[in-house]
Amino acid sequence: MDAFTKWTAKAAPIDAANVDTDQIIPAPFLSRIRTEGYEGLLFYRVRRTADGEMDPDFILNRDDFKDTGILVADRNFGCGSSRENAAWTLVDNGIRSVIAPSFGDIHYNNEMNNGMVPVMLDAGICADLRRQLHANPGAEITVDLERNVVVAPDGKEHAFTIPAFNRERLLKGLDDVSFTLEQESDIAAYEAKRRDEADWLFE
Amino acid sequence: MAPAKTMFAKLWDAHVVLERDDGQTLLYIDRHLCHDGSRQGFSKLKDQGRKVRRPDLTFASPDHYRPTDVKSVAEIQDDKMRAILEELSANAERFGIHHFGLDSGMDGIAHVVGPELGITLPGISLVCGDSHTATHGALGAFAFGIGASEVAHVFATQTLWQKKPKAMRVTVDGKLGFGVSGKDVILAIIGQISAAGATGHAVEYAGSAIRGLDMEGRMTVCNMTIEAGGRAGMIAPDETTFDYCNGRMFAPKGEKWDKALAYWQTLPSDDGAEFDTEATVDGNAIAPMVTWGTSPENVVPVTEAVPDPANEPDPVRRKTQEGSLDYMGLKPGTPMTDIAVDKVFIGSCTNARIEDLRIAAKVAKGRRAQVRTLVVPGSQQVKRAAEAEGLDKVFTDAGMEWREPGCSMCVGMNGDLLEPGERSASTSNRNFMGRQGEGGRTHLVGPAMAAAASVSGHFADVRQLMEGSN
Repeated sequence: MDAFTKWTAKAAPIDAANVDTDQIIPAPFLSRIRTEGYEGLLFYRVRRTADGEMDPDFILNRDDFKDTGILVADRNFGCGSSRENAAWTLVDNGIRSVIAPSFGDIHYNNEMNNGMVPVMLDAGICADLRRQLHANPGAEITVDLERNVVVAPDGKEHAFTIPAFNRERLLKGLDDVSFTLEQESDIAAYEAKRRDEADWLFE
Repeated sequence: MAPAKTMFAKLWDAHVVLERDDGQTLLYIDRHLCHDGSRQGFSKLKDQGRKVRRPDLTFASPDHYRPTDVKSVAEIQDDKMRAILEELSANAERFGIHHFGLDSGMDGIAHVVGPELGITLPGISLVCGDSHTATHGALGAFAFGIGASEVAHVFATQTLWQKKPKAMRVTVDGKLGFGVSGKDVILAIIGQISAAGATGHAVEYAGSAIRGLDMEGRMTVCNMTIEAGGRAGMIAPDETTFDYCNGRMFAPKGEKWDKALAYWQTLPSDDGAEFDTEATVDGNAIAPMVTWGTSPENVVPVTEAVPDPANEPDPVRRKTQEGSLDYMGLKPGTPMTDIAVDKVFIGSCTNARIEDLRIAAKVAKGRRAQVRTLVVPGSQQVKRAAEAEGLDKVFTDAGMEWREPGCSMCVGMNGDLLEPGERSASTSNRNFMGRQGEGGRTHLVGPAMAAAASVSGHFADVRQLMEGSN
């Protein structure tokens, strides 16, 4: 997993609530294994018209939003299916941060487990950021994880919070499992206690 | 006296391995369910060269990629689907986990198989690499869906790092009317609190209407907690729960049962326990529900019409609703009962249990399907129970298809699909764009309403259809 300290990139407004993970990556692609990559598959269906052509009105199809690295969305981004493929698809297409008023809980964790920083900001701030991005296509946003702030195109800074545990891991690019395995004595002690107190759970 | 605790707090506290100063908690996982889609988690485990820490607590059943027109893996025509099911068998063997393959007589949708085999019990923590894992909370468990990295983490450590969600209570008091089921209850809840109304929360469903539901209805309610954004859904265990668990394959027996039962009776929220968020829904007022858009929050009673986005004050919401109606090919003001359907799907982890099939069969009996209708039991056990009651005959006599258990037309990855532009009445859980196939238009309903749509060719109020027969 790549470390995340500070990310400055062109940002695109996604003006819809409840962008579900089925939209981010449709079911037929879920059987692809991680190493095959997910480049070119982001929003595969919703960015196309019914006859399969690229929809010129879809924001990420516009020339001025080429090489977008940050999305600013509305409430409940990444709701629905637990498919981690959605986070893989975002990362593989250059998106390392999504800013939204709220996220689907599972997707929120999936983003962090793939070196992404999901940023929760008030709905009003997100709406304002989207307005700025519409007014200045190609404008950049900075997500600074070391300082826990987002720097908007207008230069204003917005503080955000992210669980300290995940922040540490993101800053160093560390994987959870090795760290957890270092807690082996606690896990073993819990298992012994559980077996004693709730023996019906074990054969 | 100890402070009053919510059921969720009791479940959480019982599973804490360690808590860091920042509140991040390492939770123990009592049961891990897997399916054919968990392969990405297995791959990660293999890449890391690790083993499954507790294969005895890990259970797998193929469901997502399993075509519902075959009885064995060898019969699967599609090479990719067959390979994925073979991969699950190979992984199960390699890591020594429980596996209910197509030749076991016990296979089916993970969220149907878990409870019916007694793998799911009150008081446990349970995870699965699938967002509908909240289903299991219906038995008084703390159950939630996870991503592939987390699946690999649970394989290797039997634990997960979690930040404690907030506690929410949704109280539904009253008596549900004729033709109103658990599906209508949860759709009414989501319609009221929105698709993000429970985000960041573990939700306890309470109230007389919830207590009056059978286990199948309770599982339907908890199943769609994720559709309200909730991390987990749960219902206090009671006699209905204990009767359901008693005698199941992996449920405790004898002295262990008595000890477990004594503990389970301590699980319900204490009187006066405080919740971070509360919502109440009037159970007496819930009618059979139908969704009209591409989020489960886009829902109305069948007696109403497609709403007009012009009435939505928020511009982004309005645009989202307009986009939904455009995708769904619907005009504002159209009565729901005027909307014709092309296909009907009765199945999925939401509504493929025996009671769901009984309700659907009651409506289908003596009538004729007007459109192609797939009836897909949730597991081999459900299938056998339904056949023993003659339900399969009721469906096939009505011209409906009786198929093999699996996720089927809920997930759009096993061959059961809508064609572009086709419209379904579906007992599944998501009406997302393209969910049931590219360009497919999904309307979510309960099993009685799905059967009513099938025999009518359009949405119909099952209460009118069944008038006099109750």
